[in-house]
Amino acid sequence: MEPVTRSHRVSLPVLAVASLVLVTLALALVFFVVPNDANQGFSQRIFYFHVSIAFTAYACFAGGAWKALLHLWKRDPRADLESYVAIHQGVIFGVLVLITGSIWAKISWGHWWLWSEDQLVLFLVLFLFYAAYFMLRFSVDPGPQRANFSAVYALFGVVLIPVSFLAIRIAKSFIHPVVFTLHGPNFGGWILVTYCVAQAALLVLAYTLYRIELAGKLIDVRLRELRFA
Amino acid sequence: MTYLADVRALARKDLLLELRARDTLPAMLLFVVATFVVFHFSLPSHSSQLAASGLLWVAIVFTALLGLGRAFVPEREQRVLDGLVLAPCDRSAIWLAKAIATFAFLAAAEIVALPVFALFFHGLDGATVAAVVLADVGICAVGTFLGAMAVATRARDLLLPLLFLPLAIPIIVGGVGASVVGSPGRYLAFLALYDLLFGVLCWASFDYVVAE
Repeated sequence: MEPVTRSHRVSLPVLAVASLVLVTLALALVFFVVPNDANQGFSQRIFYFHVSIAFTAYACFAGGAWKALLHLWKRDPRADLESYVAIHQGVIFGVLVLITGSIWAKISWGHWWLWSEDQLVLFLVLFLFYAAYFMLRFSVDPGPQRANFSAVYALFGVVLIPVSFLAIRIAKSFIHPVVFTLHGPNFGGWILVTYCVAQAALLVLAYTLYRIELAGKLIDVRLRELRFA
Repeated sequence: MTYLADVRALARKDLLLELRARDTLPAMLLFVVATFVVFHFSLPSHSSQLAASGLLWVAIVFTALLGLGRAFVPEREQRVLDGLVLAPCDRSAIWLAKAIATFAFLAAAEIVALPVFALFFHGLDGATVAAVVLADVGICAVGTFLGAMAVATRARDLLLPLLFLPLAIPIIVGGVGASVVGSPGRYLAFLALYDLLFGVLCWASFDYVVAE
């Protein structure tokens, strides 16, 4: 099965410029426009990136699982590589969630790691799960079997996300009964605008990175074919 | 009904093989008892009973891993899997039969292990036993599935724990919750939900694991 290039509607340079503009705009809003949080002060501004990165990581995992389903269902020859690249981006953003979450936890609560923080624990589980995905993928020779294994494991991932989330929620009652509230009820005005811009910026950035990695991988595949032709 | 007949024939083959060769079950039994002894010495003398309950679940998952790692070894060594895939039966029957056989081994190991645990540490209530049974279903369903994948890779035995443990975390949460909390209903329900979700997922996608 050889991957075929897909014609994309938006070209890579346009995407790169769009992510540069959006990320710059988001940074400007986060640092200069949005007001300080009443409880946590300046450090709460990491929220705009932490939460957007987490959502982007979920989007990557979901996209990877969708491509995996397309591979199994429609036998789309491009889907395997696309699924892998999407999950790779998801893992990169997942690690960023762990890092930004740790920084925020250290500043707000004085600890680098908190088992009572749902999102952090969930991303740790997902990181372990998707790290095993790479171990699985790279211990099978390229071919239909590797594509199938990767796709099936990626589908397990999207079932594991809600199940783990539920597990971590119910585990709290016997591990950590404390629940932190992250922000007050006033989630409007500039806060909402900034969050939306940051979210859009990271989604576009993730998609740009996905396209760049995919283009690189496709060139790699093509080169290999030419060498053996 | 041929589906069930296929499952029964395949599961019977695994049980017979174990009865004659005795490869897996004695190892699992010895391992689980040895683990309990290790736990005894790793728990400081004034540890709570809750700590021991938590360790019971560690022992169960690791014992299961030992059995799951062996599950597809006979198929690989004698290239039985190729024959089974070519046989005119639904491929999910291969998974279901193997999961049933693994469940039987794990349950047999636990029939010895749970009384030994009660003897060494503290007594177990009905909720814990129910949670163990529900957890076994999930462990065997997911573990057998991943075992079939792991055995086809280069890394083989090394890979199974890496693939399995992240997926076993919800089982641990449900199991430990059911054994330490006063009203275990929601934890047992959670374990049943896990079994249902992953059981259906494994059953539906096993075809892609064995066929190319």
